[in-house]
Amino acid sequence: MNELFPPFDAYAIFVEPWSWGAWKIRLLAMFVFISCGLAGNYLILRRMALVGDAMSHSVLPGIVIAFIIARGNHFWVVVGAILAGLATSALIEWLNKNSRVKQDVAIGVTFTTLFALGVVLINVFAGRVHLDADCVLYGDVEQAPVAKLIQAGVIAVVTILLVLAFFKELLVTSFDPTLASSMGIPAKWVHYGLMGWLSVVVVSAFEAVGSIMVVGMLILPGATGLLLSERLSRVMIASVIHAVLSSFLGYHVGLWLDCKIAAAMVSTGFLLFILAWLFSPTQGLVSQWITRSQLRNHVREAALAEP
Amino acid sequence: MTRATYRLLKHFPASWFAWLCLAGILMLPNFAQAARIGDVTQVDAWEQARLFFNWGNSYVRSQWIGCLLIGACCGLLGSFIVVRRMALMGDMLSHAVLPGIVLGFLWNLKKDPILLLVGAIIAGLVAVGFVTALKRTTRLKQDASLGIVLGGFYAIGICLLSMVQRMQTGDKSGLSNILIGSAAAISDSDLWLIGIVTAISAILIFIFFKELVVSSFDPAFAKSIGVPERGLHYLLMALLSFAVVISIQAVGVVLVSALLIIPAATATLLTHRFWLVVVLAVEFGMISAVGGAFTSFLRSSLPTGPLMILVAATGFGLAFLCAPESGLIPRFVRRRAQSARIRRENSLKAIFHQLESENFSAERVDIADLVNRRQREEEDVLREIQQLAKHGFVELTGESLRLTDTGWRKARQVVRNHRLWELYLTHAADIAPDHVHDDAEKIEHVLGEEVVRTLEARFGEEAIDPHGREVPVASQS
Repeated sequence: MNELFPPFDAYAIFVEPWSWGAWKIRLLAMFVFISCGLAGNYLILRRMALVGDAMSHSVLPGIVIAFIIARGNHFWVVVGAILAGLATSALIEWLNKNSRVKQDVAIGVTFTTLFALGVVLINVFAGRVHLDADCVLYGDVEQAPVAKLIQAGVIAVVTILLVLAFFKELLVTSFDPTLASSMGIPAKWVHYGLMGWLSVVVVSAFEAVGSIMVVGMLILPGATGLLLSERLSRVMIASVIHAVLSSFLGYHVGLWLDCKIAAAMVSTGFLLFILAWLFSPTQGLVSQWITRSQLRNHVREAALAEP
Repeated sequence: MTRATYRLLKHFPASWFAWLCLAGILMLPNFAQAARIGDVTQVDAWEQARLFFNWGNSYVRSQWIGCLLIGACCGLLGSFIVVRRMALMGDMLSHAVLPGIVLGFLWNLKKDPILLLVGAIIAGLVAVGFVTALKRTTRLKQDASLGIVLGGFYAIGICLLSMVQRMQTGDKSGLSNILIGSAAAISDSDLWLIGIVTAISAILIFIFFKELVVSSFDPAFAKSIGVPERGLHYLLMALLSFAVVISIQAVGVVLVSALLIIPAATATLLTHRFWLVVVLAVEFGMISAVGGAFTSFLRSSLPTGPLMILVAATGFGLAFLCAPESGLIPRFVRRRAQSARIRRENSLKAIFHQLESENFSAERVDIADLVNRRQREEEDVLREIQQLAKHGFVELTGESLRLTDTGWRKARQVVRNHRLWELYLTHAADIAPDHVHDDAEKIEHVLGEEVVRTLEARFGEEAIDPHGREVPVASQS
């Protein structure tokens, strides 16, 4: 056990890592976490949380094929990933409509197959693709090249702007599609726009933290926000705060435990979620328990007071 | 021959299909191989293939047995997962057992099968409990709860895994391919574990088969007859965690859920009978696992797990396209055939109407009259008449045509269906006579023999339809 946990060196963990190198990692993770968290909010509201999971797996073959054809040109990699992401959501709908399989099975079949295809392609074209299985599973947030940092920053800013610009449309189509169509909002196009942007967000996150960690990044901030407030604007703000806290705290946790930084960040986000679940002022387990016991006392007193 | 085998043979086409898929799948990678690496190494691939199918050495033997058992176990459990609509629960579970497996390894720093199983089952049940608790106490729905637990548990597992891999001591062999999997890593002790777990799953499923089926298809009824539904749910979850543990070596944590879902989903495309779904899912699981192991055996750099999934997905794709009953292609062909039949019947009906308008005084019908009556392009009408001629319903001479005996009978039958149905609607359903035509226009093509007999019995042999025309009698030639 001693070997498992490195000695806790407060200096090395909290004082030292404020160099530019450390900032790059922190900022990259933060940008990715924020854009995922904001997009994930809408996935949760639309009950499509697992479509995000599916997408984070199935962009892989798009990335690999674009890598092979365009020799690593980053623009085409992103295009390939977006196409793969949109193809996934179309494929799921198509399978669901044209056969007996239900939606959950359609999701399960589609994304695992595409992911497997991607992994096999990586291995077959190992010489030509500067990706390896480790990168797919863990990401390379530790390297944090400046180009990716800028890309993630731009995507985070654009995500925030998109959310601000289309706040009303996204809100209405998520909660009440009928009202949306009566207001003249094209719910279908909002849906496809969301899916398209989701695949952009997922691609940038994918490269930083690996395919499976993306699920946590998409769902955890929004879920935490939903436990803390009932207004969507406040939920959004809470999820951004959650994203920032998870990436900053998670970075130090990762340094302390000397493990994969991305995994440490998502684990931290999970712990923050559990804290919110326990101690949320309105919906937390503790406050639920207090309300219930107060009510019980109240009822008991009332029963005693009765003659 | 037992009854079960007999029933299996009776449904043999489905099984046949499975073995055809296998043959196709096993051929595919070979060709791909030959095309890719050229003549020099092609010999090598063939050598490898021969080695694989002759069980050339003990490695190959344990791969075969291990993969067959893993495939069978995953297919067996997967069929329940799929019919219970828990496909994504299976996905969550397969990721969430990771921290349990790593902690089981940490207990005494080697891969002790029992400890791995205990760790996995604890982690799996905690994860399932977590999802249930989240759904009960918060506003989050099933999908979000699954996503949270999947992401959180998996991240913790990866943290632990990377910490363990950093350690100096301990026998860490096999831990590195825990995520993607490699069938070559199956050792003899793994084989024992796989065998025992598969046997336990099979026995438990056999014992509780009836209860599981009832609670899968009709939970309310199951509850009313006292089936402990929650207990069965957790039993299934525990067995699933077992299946994940035995599959991680060969398939990897990331893709186990696919080996659970895809074979069973393929089976549900092929049949409606649940016991047959189970049999086929086991079959497909075995085929996929061995097919994947074989393909990766041909070239050492290919990972086993993803290949198994690709083999399984090929089978799913084939079933989706060509399953006899629900496949895309057979359905398309059937729809085409049906619309061609409807077009023929409509043409025959038009000819009948033309004859009727002349009080059946003439034998022959002019094509020009027909074009006029149907208000369609001449080419279309001609093409349809040629179709009729090809089926022997009309004889075409010059500018006019004559109904053959079969054509005459068919035409009368269609018109008869139409008018009987109109009668039925006006009499039994009290619909005004001018509203019944469109409905009859659709139903005349699909009215079964039995319904026609019933209608005849109701309205007598020589009836007059709501528009005052005679219903043609069937037997008259």
